Amino acid sequence: MSADTSSVQAARERSGPRPPMRLAERRLAVIGYFATVYKRIWRGSIIGRFLSPLLFLLSMGLGLGSLVDSSSGGVDGRSYLQFVVPAIVATQAMWVAMGESTYQVLAYIKWNRMYESMLATPLSVADVLLGHLLAVTGHLVLATTIFVAVAALFGAFASWWVLLAIPVAVLTGLAFTVPIFAYSARQEGDDGFNILYRLLVTPLMLFSGTFFPVDQLPAVLRAVAWVTPLWHGVELCRAAAYASFSPLADAGHLAVLLLYVGVGWVLARRSFAKRLVR
Amino acid sequence: MTDPRQAVPRQPVADDVLVRARGLVKTFGEFRAVDGIDVTVHRGEAFGFLGPNGAGKSSTMRMVGAVSPVSGGELRIFGLDPATDGPAIRARLGVVPQADHLDEELTVEENLWIYGRYFGLSGRQVRERARELLDFAQLTERARHKVDSLSGGMKRRLTIARSLINSPEVLLLDEPTTGLDPQARHILWDRLFRLKRQGVTLVLTTHYMDEAEQLCDRLVVMDHGRIVAEGSPRNLISAHSTREVLELRFDLDDHRDRLDDVDGVGERVEVLPDRLLVYVDDGDAAMSAIAGRGIRPLSSLVRRSTLEDVFLHLTGRSLID
Amino acid sequence: MTAPTAPAATRRRAAVLPIPAGAGLARMVVLRNITSFRHGWIALVTGFLEPVFYLFSLGVGVGALVPHVTTDRGSVVTYAAFVAPALLAASAMNGAVYDSTFNVFFKMKYAKLYDAMLATPLGPRDIAVGEVSWSLLRGGLYSAAFLLVALLAGVVHSWSALLALPAAVFIGFAFAAVGTFATTFMRSWVDFDYITLAIQPMFLFSTTFFPLSTFPTPLQWVVQATPLYHGVALERALMLGEVDASVLWHVAYLLALGILGVVGASRRIERLLLR
Repeated sequence: MSADTSSVQAARERSGPRPPMRLAERRLAVIGYFATVYKRIWRGSIIGRFLSPLLFLLSMGLGLGSLVDSSSGGVDGRSYLQFVVPAIVATQAMWVAMGESTYQVLAYIKWNRMYESMLATPLSVADVLLGHLLAVTGHLVLATTIFVAVAALFGAFASWWVLLAIPVAVLTGLAFTVPIFAYSARQEGDDGFNILYRLLVTPLMLFSGTFFPVDQLPAVLRAVAWVTPLWHGVELCRAAAYASFSPLADAGHLAVLLLYVGVGWVLARRSFAKRLVR
Repeated sequence: MTDPRQAVPRQPVADDVLVRARGLVKTFGEFRAVDGIDVTVHRGEAFGFLGPNGAGKSSTMRMVGAVSPVSGGELRIFGLDPATDGPAIRARLGVVPQADHLDEELTVEENLWIYGRYFGLSGRQVRERARELLDFAQLTERARHKVDSLSGGMKRRLTIARSLINSPEVLLLDEPTTGLDPQARHILWDRLFRLKRQGVTLVLTTHYMDEAEQLCDRLVVMDHGRIVAEGSPRNLISAHSTREVLELRFDLDDHRDRLDDVDGVGERVEVLPDRLLVYVDDGDAAMSAIAGRGIRPLSSLVRRSTLEDVFLHLTGRSLID
Repeated sequence: MTAPTAPAATRRRAAVLPIPAGAGLARMVVLRNITSFRHGWIALVTGFLEPVFYLFSLGVGVGALVPHVTTDRGSVVTYAAFVAPALLAASAMNGAVYDSTFNVFFKMKYAKLYDAMLATPLGPRDIAVGEVSWSLLRGGLYSAAFLLVALLAGVVHSWSALLALPAAVFIGFAFAAVGTFATTFMRSWVDFDYITLAIQPMFLFSTTFFPLSTFPTPLQWVVQATPLYHGVALERALMLGEVDASVLWHVAYLLALGILGVVGASRRIERLLLR
């Protein structure tokens, strides 16, 4: 059928009502869809998105912080608030990434089959995947920026360099989002997500140097922090907020995060193609 | 719960009335879903509610199933009042709801076991019964699979098997074959025939006239919460329609424009969006008459009258819009 | 909530009964949940791990930053000993709320499980009693396991901790009852944000991670009004051996909450399902 179909296709493309969509048009089409959806549901996500990190700031930064500061004079010679809030910026990125990359992806694959409808148009699997990832990136940028602005009002940051924490947190979020897209595309039901939340999100939040420096942990758990993305994100956000950079270590952190995004992309493309093209 | 009436031995008498409704009403706020119907179902018969969506069939079924309080009129099932004897009534009923409502977290056999336990049956009883029913539903090989993996037809058969776990006297089926492919429908009909032969009373709703004709000994046609006709499929057709129907299709947008052309040919003419239905006793003769007038339809078809025609005649509307 | 002046048939039905009808088969609902859970045992194990992660992380990590805490009843304890009872109470709340909200909503609206159950002799009371019993059973299991871990970690200070297990089940009951009541008002998943909105602040502020004295006085009043505060205070008194008569206040608060939830939920479930 190849020769026939392709000649028909070529003829249609030559004389058809419009030329085939360009790359940018295709990406915009997918993002446009997600933007339209978000315009409708943004109110519902406010709580998880913006209130959660603020509550953690108040509880951990101010409440627990007053205990820590009076007991041991803060951490790293800074108040506990300034220690913990940059870490919450990174952790929030992980939460947003989880929220946008688990049930959402499976819903689009299986429950409302939105990907399938998109693929019935000139869009390709890569268009759909990248478009959705860019939409998540948009969520990450929005959530991080707002939280950093609010936290600054509490005096949670020592330096204007904290603005660098925004792109860093977005990258941290993507280091979760992209591999999780790959994971979600392989799920049949939501059992796998519960496990992800309980065995990944909560432990990482608790053991990635968020609420206390990782050197207080036993060596085994420190190793876990080293190989997972959150700790690297936390360290980078803290470096930005403290304005104390160490080029070698920071480059290392960046490299790990980028590696997660890169490997995740390869896996996600493979999972999506396997699941959606049958 | 120990109702003395239950102790009376059951006898297969023809006028053994299992369901009896008089002036039955169901309202939801201002809306009257069921508007004063009289229904009598006898033991051993297959009784049908035929009507379009929203006619009040499902509301009636839920009241008969003793899960929906009666808003007005009188309803007795096995001679019991569903308002006071709900559990006792439900213990003797089997229910196949419109959507399957299977327990997706359980396997096929677990669905039967657990459902059986809801009737207070023992673990040993449900296992034994489930084995028979899996065989009856042709699902033995799937016993240990999750429900999720079954096809639509299999799920419906499992739902029917589940509804039989308590060996019910009456089986309530709400649109049993809606959404199934033709082959799955025929398998299902076959299973229902077997049940009927075993003496299970079937009460079903449908908006498919072929299903009603296939399965029902007696049926009522419902529209807007009321009963508009009652009888056996054959009687209903002969009382409310002609023997044959001539279907004519023309090459135009509005078939009303051709009404004059067929004037006087049959007893009655119905206009559908895509064709004219001419009600006659001899379809071929009517076709020749029309050809004699020099009229050339795009296509023509002579067929026997069905319950669809009865419904069209009684309500002026199609069963499936 | 008085019985409405309904048509005769309705009045004759359950409106005159103080509790909705059942057939005494609630245990079958529990059996159903056990059968279903056998397929999802991994959820069982991981659900138990969560509070243990918290205890370990906060005990070891924050414990190094905060060597000692003075509780609101005046004893000086390690941070791990301070936070462990609170985690027990919070975990009882979380489990109960999850079971009674997301889980019940899913079964009611999507799986239509209760519709299938009500077609059998089971009544609304069987379903309500069955679901709550199951939730308490599962919660009790988690709490027992957590208490064992706490004991091994050396953060249990008194024999009165034996009462911490029934207390955790009791806390679970109060939250499950109110959670079920709340669920009957839910229209879609979007409404569950309100549940999160209630649960998360309680988890973070009900003296879970720092004592009541940390708050400014007006906020102390607000905190004391929340149900989790009473759960945490109860567990802390029991596990640290600080029991006195004031503990009864916490019990009374949770009991009142539980009764409100049970009565409200039973009425609403009957109205929703038996239409």
